[in-house]
Amino acid sequence: MSRAATERKCILRLENISLAFEDDSKVLDNVNLEMWAGETKIILGAAGAGKTVMFKIALGLLKPTSGRIYLFGQDVTDFGENQWFEVRSHVGVLFQEGGLFDSLTIEENVAYPLVNRSNQTAEQAHPAVKEALEFVELGHTLGKFPSELSGGMRRRVGIARAGISDPALLLYDSPTAGLDPITANNIMALIIQEREMRNATSAIISHRFQDGHIMANFRYNPESKRLERIPDDSPLRKSTRFVVMRDGRIVFEGSEAELDASSDPYISKFSMQRSAH
Amino acid sequence: MLDILKSPIVTFQEFILLAGRATTNIVRRPFYGSDVILQMDTIGVGSLPITILIGFFSGAVMALQMSRALSQYGATGQVGQITAITLVREMGPVLTALLVAGRNASGIASELGSMKVTEQIDAMRALGTDPIKKLVTPRLIATCFTLPLLTIVADFIGIIGGYLIAVPLMALTTSSQYWNNAWRSLEYNDIAQGLLKPLVFAFIISLVGCLYGIRTTGGTQGVGRATTQAVVVASVWIFVCTFLITRVFVNI
Repeated sequence: MSRAATERKCILRLENISLAFEDDSKVLDNVNLEMWAGETKIILGAAGAGKTVMFKIALGLLKPTSGRIYLFGQDVTDFGENQWFEVRSHVGVLFQEGGLFDSLTIEENVAYPLVNRSNQTAEQAHPAVKEALEFVELGHTLGKFPSELSGGMRRRVGIARAGISDPALLLYDSPTAGLDPITANNIMALIIQEREMRNATSAIISHRFQDGHIMANFRYNPESKRLERIPDDSPLRKSTRFVVMRDGRIVFEGSEAELDASSDPYISKFSMQRSAH
Repeated sequence: MLDILKSPIVTFQEFILLAGRATTNIVRRPFYGSDVILQMDTIGVGSLPITILIGFFSGAVMALQMSRALSQYGATGQVGQITAITLVREMGPVLTALLVAGRNASGIASELGSMKVTEQIDAMRALGTDPIKKLVTPRLIATCFTLPLLTIVADFIGIIGGYLIAVPLMALTTSSQYWNNAWRSLEYNDIAQGLLKPLVFAFIISLVGCLYGIRTTGGTQGVGRATTQAVVVASVWIFVCTFLITRVFVNI
């Protein structure tokens, strides 16, 4: 396939990305990653493996020492901050702890992308904000502040904010970290719903294999309003790919079955989590 | 040797870059007017009671100290002049700036530092807002506007404090002589440096607070460190700058 044809469908491409600190310690070492339209990437790795750094580089929040970044088919590596603002408006982001603004109410937080980017007034944004918050079952929290909500609720508000501007790419950084299993599964169910409602390309950073397993094997049924197992022959199964990172390098990329079959002790640790839980 | 110098030079460079970006943002859209008003309320109105308090006592203590020194020369009538000149030229601006540095440089550093460690600043950038425009510029404008006003209040209250000591309490001079002396002794040179200093200090306080806040690393411990550093660095630069400005004005 020609490069031009490849770029049409390629949402995000990281090419030979490296990031080193002044003391020459490498945080990312020659990372290559491609995300295609409609694809879901599960990025697994131990703490300090470079997952969040890679995510921030993809968003232009950190500058790589070397390598190229392509987003939506254009080379954005050397973009200035103002050019990045335009690119980032097509990306929805959930930060590790939600990244909500403490000084703003939940309504103002969720409305922020609309008010800030589309120049809508708070009143114009209100119906969309209410709908987004009702989607994450937090329609009653409009006037509250983030500090009044639990960790799981803040994460759900973050999901509502990430999806409100209908982005083409959704990035979730550790959406389930530090949450109990029930809340974590609810969060993953919301992410699956969002993926299917918006038909967006998604990347989920996690250290829990279960998150990836749910994304790879379940889909949302709007009629029964429940998650159901994806049939074995569905093309949806092939769209979920796993990436494993270790010490700033990508050491594995493939399907869930390939991850299960890996004999590498580090990689197989992630698939073994399933049997441990 | 070079390694020791590297860190302060890099910090100074970051300060200059931040100052440049924050200042040019003043004339660039979008304008965050409500943030500026909010910061003026926090920095200006919030610091007013304590400014009045320290202004009053600094004037009073100045009159007390001078009463003894001036009586040796039989010049107690000059107490109004000395209180006014010392307050307007030096003590009003410096004490008010130190107070605002302790109260607001630390507040700014801890607020922005907490936002940094909880990824709110990254979230802001990801959602299309320039954090310097949204967070730094309003604090710079608000401090530059309110600190000179606070200094004027501190100067005036200080002269009243000096009056209460010199006239009703110690009867060093008469009321009309005190006010006459205080008024006549102040020249344009004194007023100019008394108003230029708070403007420069406002720049230092707001930008040092913002710089240390924005570059916070290392979780909540880092926020504490940033707060302390902001107050110490702002206070030291206030003294350095007051010396430099006074040096220039002495020759005018």
